[in-house]
Amino acid sequence: MKVAITGMGIISAIGNSVEENYHALINSEKAITRIENIRTVHADVIKVGEIKKTNAELIEALGLPADNNFTRTALLGAFAAKQAVKDAGISDINEYKTGLISATSVGGMDTTEKHYYDYFTDESLVKYISAHDGGDVAQKIAEQIGLKGLVTTISTACSSAANAIMLGARLINAGKLDRVIVGGTDGLAKFTINGFKTLMILTDSYNTPFDNNRKGLNLGEAAAFLVLESDAMVKKANKKVLAYVSGFGNANDAFHQTASSENGEGAYLAMQKAFKLANLKPSDIDYINMHGTATPNNDLSEGRAVIRVFGEENVPDFSSTKAFTGHTLAAAAAIEAVYSVLALQNGVVYPNLNFETPMEEFNLIPQTTIKYKNIEHVLSNSFGFGGNCSTVIFSKS
Amino acid sequence: MKTYINGIGCVSAQKTFEGDFASAFETHENLNVLSVEAPPYKDYFSPIAARRMAKGVKNGIVASTIAMKESGLEMPDAIITGTGMGCIEDSDKFLKAIIDNNEEFLTPTSFIQSTHNTVAAQIALGLQCKAYNFTYVNAAVSFESALLDAKLQIDEGEANSTLIGAIDEMTDYTVSLFKLAGFIKKDSEAVFPVLDSKTSGTVFGEGATFFVLENTRKSSTYAEVKDVEIINEIALDLLAEKAEQFLKTNGLSVSDIDLLITGINGDAAFNDYYEALTSQFAGTSQAYYKHLSGEYNTASAFGLYVGANIIRSQQVPQILKSNNLSKPQYKHILLYNQYRGIDHSFTLISHVETP
Repeated sequence: MKVAITGMGIISAIGNSVEENYHALINSEKAITRIENIRTVHADVIKVGEIKKTNAELIEALGLPADNNFTRTALLGAFAAKQAVKDAGISDINEYKTGLISATSVGGMDTTEKHYYDYFTDESLVKYISAHDGGDVAQKIAEQIGLKGLVTTISTACSSAANAIMLGARLINAGKLDRVIVGGTDGLAKFTINGFKTLMILTDSYNTPFDNNRKGLNLGEAAAFLVLESDAMVKKANKKVLAYVSGFGNANDAFHQTASSENGEGAYLAMQKAFKLANLKPSDIDYINMHGTATPNNDLSEGRAVIRVFGEENVPDFSSTKAFTGHTLAAAAAIEAVYSVLALQNGVVYPNLNFETPMEEFNLIPQTTIKYKNIEHVLSNSFGFGGNCSTVIFSKS
Repeated sequence: MKTYINGIGCVSAQKTFEGDFASAFETHENLNVLSVEAPPYKDYFSPIAARRMAKGVKNGIVASTIAMKESGLEMPDAIITGTGMGCIEDSDKFLKAIIDNNEEFLTPTSFIQSTHNTVAAQIALGLQCKAYNFTYVNAAVSFESALLDAKLQIDEGEANSTLIGAIDEMTDYTVSLFKLAGFIKKDSEAVFPVLDSKTSGTVFGEGATFFVLENTRKSSTYAEVKDVEIINEIALDLLAEKAEQFLKTNGLSVSDIDLLITGINGDAAFNDYYEALTSQFAGTSQAYYKHLSGEYNTASAFGLYVGANIIRSQQVPQILKSNNLSKPQYKHILLYNQYRGIDHSFTLISHVETP
């Protein structure tokens, strides 16, 4: 199984383009800061991976009319998807059977929480009522890239975008689509800030993936989309292939609504499925882009699952890039897919920032400095609430 | 591989969780919001568990349990759900608490249960099912996305059996917003007919409908799912051609369709697509269902429940008919749905002999 990636677009706290993101990654420039765009009582106690562009700036960048009803999630999504389509050199998007598989967890929550009671007193806000659900985000992205066809959205919490990539690759494989734009988008919202706060998994400092003293995650916001195309399309247009999606798997931990099982059963199964589909062995993997949220529970569970798959002595170079961007929820697997492709293209393992003390439960030390080497295959993990575990394997073109 | 509907569970504004199909259907034209007829939750949950769960989660678990029992399936190879709005009971609760208490004194319970994939996750947890678990959230094609995925799994041999479902729940807050936005018909209209309505907005509803789809026929088989197609946007004058194309892909033409089931929802402002299709199929018997289920993002799953039952029983109950034509045999049924002019879907089901 192999599906070509021919274009990428991204906006995250560490940059507004693929190039800016790459530059930040190889220069260890994290972008975890105080929150500026949302008013919250937690502003002085949390740090976030926030995109510093305001909604007004994003609206201007997209050239939207003044009476638009884009939520932040839709703005970010449209911004990244347009880049991806341009990068793939697509001019007439409906010339071939093209789909859009988006992913989001908060959808238009940022707007709903802002206007919760004001809707009933301010008529000018009523336009946002229809912008709350995840489907509205995908529809707006489709409109922005002019796509008419199969448009859908996956919402499986923090693994959503991995699942969007998976569905897209399956639709190409089955010949249902010639090409598909896949990815995810999530804006920061008070809803998620407070949700993760009540779960007591937000750090008050910088997140430290796989560190023994890790205190939790920084929330982030981002959007990223990739263009997948069938072999026939690649041949026909003599397209440059950035990398391939070569395997994937989704499994359920069936353990707890929000916590991962101690032995990482779901993660283990997801990785196994991905290897089977890719027809690869664990020893073929040169770099693991971990989910690595820096919560005590995730890193322990994921670490154990990785050890079960690779063997404690044979775990390849690995890092979590969450210390750069924060945890961008439904967009996480999409931005990390972009980072995985860049790792393959440039032969680079990104540093796992902020790491000091190895975890006492096992002998796993992330790559803490930038490392250049040939990389043929990258494995990327993403796990979400509801026991949702996803793995995608990317391979060099 | 062929995809068969082998079990259905439906919790809706009608008494659909027990008894004969359609025997207890009733219309309530004096209501513009239809709430679910609550199934006997005590048969499924302890009182403590039932109190902790939002109604969407409860209804989803009840409907999925009924569907699995009917098909005799114990462990699906995939669980796939669709929900337009997600678990809004819990997300409204958490959001209101954030705003009313200025982000203080919050507890995580409602946040934990507010994620869109809660129902699929809770079913997996209950069954200890570690298989593929997806949730689609794309307005009026949320359920069709789940159906498309499940069919793809079976077509490609990735799964032998899938449990798919559609869940949407209503809350007072969302009803008040939808009334404000004009999505729900004005209270002042007092009577709310769905067929031949002259006003904008719809009668809203909620529900949970689950299906077991498998690659083998059983004595419980309702129908074969031949195909499903999703189109986010289409020009009105291209709809007829699109319908023909969809049928042609499946070796059929308009005259082969024995029954057209549309998602007509009484919204005069967006009825033109339904009008175009019903006139294209003017010589075909036609049915509708949203006067019984109400409109909600995944109401089309109630439509598939209706279609599957009609094809199995070979009878169209009078309450579902939207024209006077009938057929001696119902071999192929086409379902068409859209909401507010976008998110169109075609679903084709066919009669099969049960073994």
